[in-house]
Amino acid sequence: MSNEIEAIKDPGLPAHVHRKADTDPVAEKRAERQVAILFLISALGTLLFIFAYYFIPEDVFVFFPVLGNTNAHQLVLGLGLAIALFFIGAAAIHWAKTLMPDEEVIAMRHTMRSDDEDRDALVATVKERAGAAGLGRRSLIKRSMGLSLGLIGLSPLVLLRDLGPLPGDDLTKTSWNAGTRLVTDPGDRPIRPEDLEVGAVAQVLPEHVGEERRHLSDIAKDAVLLIRIRPEEFQLSPERLSWTYDGIIAFSKICSHMGCAVALYEQTTKHLLCPCHQSTFDVPRAAKVIFGPAARPLPQLAITVDSEGYLIAQKPFSEPVGPSFWERSS
Amino acid sequence: MTARERVTGTVANYVDERTGAAKWMKKNLTKVFPDHWSFLLGEIVLYSFIILLLSGTFLTFWFDPSQREVLYDGSYEPLQGLHMSAAYASTLHISFEIRGGLLMRQIHHWAALIFMAGMVVHLMRVYFTGAFRKPREFNWIIGVGLLTLGIVEGFLGYSLPDDLLSGTGIRIAEAIIQALPVVGSYLAFFAFDGAFPGEAFIPRIFTVHVLLLPGIFLALITVHLMLVWYQKHTQWPGPGRTEKNVVGYPLMPAYMAKAGGFFFIVFGVTAFLGAVASINPVWLYGPYNPGQISAGSQPDWYMGWLDGLVRMAPPLESYIFGYTIPWNILIPGLIVPGILFTGMALYPFIESWITGDKREHHLLDRPRNVPNRTALGVMSLTFMLVALINGGNDIIATTFSLGINQVMWFSRIGIIVLPPIAFVITKRICLSLQRADRELVLHGRETGRLLMLPHGEFVEVHEPISPELAWKLTAHEQAPALELQDVDARGVRRAGGLKNKLRKRISQANAESIAKPTANDLKEIEHH
Repeated sequence: MSNEIEAIKDPGLPAHVHRKADTDPVAEKRAERQVAILFLISALGTLLFIFAYYFIPEDVFVFFPVLGNTNAHQLVLGLGLAIALFFIGAAAIHWAKTLMPDEEVIAMRHTMRSDDEDRDALVATVKERAGAAGLGRRSLIKRSMGLSLGLIGLSPLVLLRDLGPLPGDDLTKTSWNAGTRLVTDPGDRPIRPEDLEVGAVAQVLPEHVGEERRHLSDIAKDAVLLIRIRPEEFQLSPERLSWTYDGIIAFSKICSHMGCAVALYEQTTKHLLCPCHQSTFDVPRAAKVIFGPAARPLPQLAITVDSEGYLIAQKPFSEPVGPSFWERSS
Repeated sequence: MTARERVTGTVANYVDERTGAAKWMKKNLTKVFPDHWSFLLGEIVLYSFIILLLSGTFLTFWFDPSQREVLYDGSYEPLQGLHMSAAYASTLHISFEIRGGLLMRQIHHWAALIFMAGMVVHLMRVYFTGAFRKPREFNWIIGVGLLTLGIVEGFLGYSLPDDLLSGTGIRIAEAIIQALPVVGSYLAFFAFDGAFPGEAFIPRIFTVHVLLLPGIFLALITVHLMLVWYQKHTQWPGPGRTEKNVVGYPLMPAYMAKAGGFFFIVFGVTAFLGAVASINPVWLYGPYNPGQISAGSQPDWYMGWLDGLVRMAPPLESYIFGYTIPWNILIPGLIVPGILFTGMALYPFIESWITGDKREHHLLDRPRNVPNRTALGVMSLTFMLVALINGGNDIIATTFSLGINQVMWFSRIGIIVLPPIAFVITKRICLSLQRADRELVLHGRETGRLLMLPHGEFVEVHEPISPELAWKLTAHEQAPALELQDVDARGVRRAGGLKNKLRKRISQANAESIAKPTANDLKEIEHH
């Protein structure tokens, strides 16, 4: 390469320039004092930290322009710790930079590769040792060893089996059944159609029987949104229209994309929006996806009223709620 | 001999007779480390890891990793009388009743953000300067592993308080597991001990967060540092510095004092942030309930790009023979990140395949002198940045009064169009900077002093640059493109012709550069 030959020459390591503290005793003394002062500031920080821990009450709030209302105990405690730590570092670095030796040193590197001699010796040793052990010859031992090591590798998989149950129909079933009453969440009160004005939204759950509190795993499947619009605004198939009652339509609140709660309802446009990934569902058209990454509409729950006038489910959900999974059929 | 020397001598003798440490110490206390501010980035990561271990240990003394339902009766009034998990209640207890508890929580969270940010910037330093080249490929791969595990560790960490925001994040993670073809719903049920959310995941991710992953971190960081020590640090090119030497300061005492001092600086800054800057105020979010959510749900920034990709994915789902494949989750959540991180891990090998360079490298590259690599890096960063922006599309839309659709469509188009544009622009800038370097070496620095020549012409006086700077600007190697023949000596087409062609094309693009000035050029100029 012609470049190499006529390249600009390396002038070599420049001469060392001494610092002021190296040559001037006054500067040296000054630097020493500065380092000591930095260490002392750190000590004061620790004292402040201890003071704050014991003597500043935890319920005092002070106002600072940028920080807003701040808890004095936590603020001073933190500042004390920060000062204590930071100034130890500042002192050490100032010490190193002004008073410790600062002459650059050159050390040589060696290539990572071992010498040929060492490599050959290694190969010879390995061959000799392996040969002595008969690794190449004893294929019966090798194969049975492979079998046993392979099998024992499976044992963690067996042991981890009890991490959880098989899904069964857990992903496809919810607590909604024919005749299940819709109750408010929170409050657990049954609702009548007239409780909802046009334009209103309510979160409901299936009526809960039994002593125990509702499990979060049930809420994660059962949460339903009730929305009331004017009945003539629906653009639904006759079947889906029969699933609504007097302008009230019910959808699973669990997003068909990744399972977040679809909680934002825009009254004017009648869109439901998921705050996680902004999938947008059009309520009058059976929650058809009009924007975002969701691929399926929110499942619709068929509702009607019972003899006492309370809203009930006509039947269970006709499809699994929540995010997609392999065994889902549509 | 003073008393102090006697005591030190006795102790040292005792240890050395049992370990033989003196020989190793003698050699390594004077070990030379090159100095540059960009070499501190990795140190920041190491120190934040130590801060995380210290503050994290403190938090475990009170944190109750359980989803057992409790009735809150602590001192934070707005939540009194609410049912919540013991994990959430104990997080409130640490924040409000333990003195210094909130400070430690905030230091822990800030240290985690600095840990991640430090890793990303350290990775950029290593990438753009070519520090990953032979013999350091193993350390590059360990680094990619640490970054990946760091993302997981951070995510699990902020999921532990079991608040409404973090529970939503776990819900999304569960949906990704559930989306896997064939095994998805089984894996999800194993991970959560049944249907989401169940009562098992907080105790389980706690073990992973405080034991399993920190253990792996500790092991990987140890190997990472041992390799740095053994292979000796890279250095910037400059006068007196070659591929065969290392120029810097000996470990003892200056380097020790600086590195040790820097630990306290990093800890001090983290403590300051923990004191004044509120982070993850979980008491405002409330306990997790799968039927509720808060608007503007955002992950931490190092997960934001992933969320951004998921948000911009087109609504694609296939139904084949009664089975569902949710591409809208698999592509952004697993396939694209998988390709990105695999590509990143393999990059040193890809580059050496392109350049055909199998030598050891200890001198760093100035990014401008390797335009293709620099441009590829900026291109990847642009991709990540667009994804990250889209991860906050709702916040951006509300802050700047834009439609969410506008931000989303900007990202969907931008993520395809902007990275290549960034590549081209960066490459042009690199070549221009090379041109400027050449100009500077050949014609010196413009002094701004004007000179009127006897015949009335004005010229600007140029001052020659120092030999040190001239060397620094020309020390790099400009390797020509690989010469690959499509046919062998007898005129027969080679196997793998397409692969060869591709390699040739990339190698040619890679070798594009502005010729650096030579001593001959300089002499010629002097003659004029």
